[in-house]
Amino acid sequence: MTEISDTVVIAGIGMMPVGEHWELSLRHLGLDAMSAAQADAGGLRPQALYVANMLAPVLSGQSHLGALLADFAGMRGVEATTIEASGASGGVAVRQAYLAIASGAIDVALVLGVEKVTDKASGQVQAALATGTDSEYEAVQGVTPSAQAALLMQRYLHEHKAPNDSMAGFSLTAHQNAVTNPNAMFRRAIQPEQYAKAPIVSEPLNTFDVAPLADGAAALILARASALPNGNDRPQVVIAGSATATSALAVHDRPDPLILTAAAQSASKALMQANFSPDEIKLFELHDSFSIFGALSLEAAGFAQRGEGWKLAQNGDISLTGDIPIATFGGSKARGDPGAATGIYQLAEATLQLQNRANDNQVSDAAVAMTQCLGGSGATASTHILRRAN
Amino acid sequence: MAGNKILKPIREAGFTGYGAYVPQYRLPAKEVARIWTDGKAGLPIKEKAVAGLDEDVITMSIEAARNALARSDLSPTEIRAVWVGSESHPYAVKPTSTVVAEAIGATPHTQAADWEFACKAGTEAIQAAIGFVGSGMANYALAIGMDTAQGRPGDALEYTAGAGGAAFIIGPAEDAVCVIEGSYSYATDTPDFWRRANETYPEHGERFTGEPAYFSHIQASAEYLMEGIETVPSDYRFAVFHQPNTKFPTRVAKTLGFGQDQIEAGLLVPDIGNTYAGSAMVGLTAILDIAEPGDRILMVSYGSGAGSDAFSLRATEALTDRREAAPDTLSYIKRRTEIDYATYARYRGKLVLK
Repeated sequence: MTEISDTVVIAGIGMMPVGEHWELSLRHLGLDAMSAAQADAGGLRPQALYVANMLAPVLSGQSHLGALLADFAGMRGVEATTIEASGASGGVAVRQAYLAIASGAIDVALVLGVEKVTDKASGQVQAALATGTDSEYEAVQGVTPSAQAALLMQRYLHEHKAPNDSMAGFSLTAHQNAVTNPNAMFRRAIQPEQYAKAPIVSEPLNTFDVAPLADGAAALILARASALPNGNDRPQVVIAGSATATSALAVHDRPDPLILTAAAQSASKALMQANFSPDEIKLFELHDSFSIFGALSLEAAGFAQRGEGWKLAQNGDISLTGDIPIATFGGSKARGDPGAATGIYQLAEATLQLQNRANDNQVSDAAVAMTQCLGGSGATASTHILRRAN
Repeated sequence: MAGNKILKPIREAGFTGYGAYVPQYRLPAKEVARIWTDGKAGLPIKEKAVAGLDEDVITMSIEAARNALARSDLSPTEIRAVWVGSESHPYAVKPTSTVVAEAIGATPHTQAADWEFACKAGTEAIQAAIGFVGSGMANYALAIGMDTAQGRPGDALEYTAGAGGAAFIIGPAEDAVCVIEGSYSYATDTPDFWRRANETYPEHGERFTGEPAYFSHIQASAEYLMEGIETVPSDYRFAVFHQPNTKFPTRVAKTLGFGQDQIEAGLLVPDIGNTYAGSAMVGLTAILDIAEPGDRILMVSYGSGAGSDAFSLRATEALTDRREAAPDTLSYIKRRTEIDYATYARYRGKLVLK
């Protein structure tokens, strides 16, 4: 494995509240997040912009977001491009920025995740999301991400003889953590009875198993540590591991659909690069676009045995004070699911944790964090390990 | 700021008569849920009123107009405008209003026109009538809000799209059962709900119909009006808002500072559904049926597309006697024949026969 020696740090973060931003266009959402990240980084000037987005070409009739947003943000001339890997776009974009800096080509990069979905009716949004499946074999049959997640959950409950409400803990924890997150869409805790009574979306998935896709934008400034100006007394957050992996795009092409091989591979590569084992990870921002992916991700990354991920949600291990806190600001379920921007939110939230800036959502002794976002039902997985430098 | 935007005519106007009409058939929301969601859908109302086979916006407008005339003690020949607001005019081209005017005996020395502004077409007609009377161009004008609302089968709107409405005669304040203290109109280009030409059913922007549409427009028009005429929610004994379901008017009332006791009397949507252009207006008739002289009433309509009209009203001494001259709104609501979905499909022409 190639040794990447030059340290890359997260020098600034910016997040827009996830929700129904009727009043903001794609470019305004993006600009606000970029401006916030640049301000947080003390005005560092990026030499490249990476934009994570998956739905703008279909829902906004807009591609070529690199040039659009670089121009709109007053960076005309800068290298800029769009990165698309469905729901994993954010993590994959961060990896591109990370590689660009680590290679020595540039010193400072801006990574933006932006998604604008609420201007379209839900049928159009579902159809757009379905383009992230193996379209000719899956979407053409009418399969949507919700239907796929439902099939996976059905299989999981059957194979592992898990109770029908085994996924409830993921939703309850996410909603609990979102109460104190000002950027969250649903800042209200829910009770087990509410979960039990929730209307079915696609059996056995109910409303509380599904993250609400909404508008969002988050941005990160990545920089070579040696390029940072002196005088910032904030703890530095180092990207200690970065890895992306893929698996068969179509769920039916996977030997065992209940094993997220891309998630497992990218997690193990990132951990190996960072030289950590799973039990050294203090928090894990995983991709809970559907609650079933919470269980599958915990298992893939090595935090639970096969078929036992749901138990960590049931016994409280995933809460802020548990062994492996997840969705510490509400996750996709309650903070809101900002599509391709998910990975950027995860890294921004993990950065707040490592810098002790998480306020009521602070995980104590958060020195090492892992983030992982998934594309679709896990065909792409991008994992990052963040470490607080001393 | 708001004061100079308030609509106040030179000559004070009021309602000199009012009348409601609600058809007798009722389709329970749970019956719609039974057909489309195996009974699992959440229900936005209890039931909606459905027009019979021989009813449409013309016949229903005539019923309401006759009730208004009965309460006004007025010869129909004195009415100088018949204006009908609806989004379910039977004809695309050919006025509803001329048929109504003819049927009640207001022709030929009268204006007649149909109004369209989604659910606020009726209150728009009221404001125009205030101008007509308030300027001295006419002594009496009839403004009607009436609908047999359309909802695509299985759509969220099918649970609530009801039938009914109300007619108001606008005349000089000294002859009124209810004086109009002032009104206000607020409109923006907000595409939350629409039906394009030659389409059978309307479409809507899902959750966009809430916050940026219904709530922001109603709140703005109610607040501008109250600021402009220097009133506060506690000055009103009653308030009635456009009611597309039970939740929206209840919530907007609370946000504006009105209590449940102020909106209860005019909140008819649980029992008759959303009567669109008739919604706030038929709610107002139920309030006038029980209001005491001196009571103040706030009426705020909402029309998709989008706009909101707000009215500050005050009941007069004449109300108590005159309202006895026609059936009250509650009697229409109690006159109830429950139908199943199949009958509803037949009555509403949802079965394609040729």
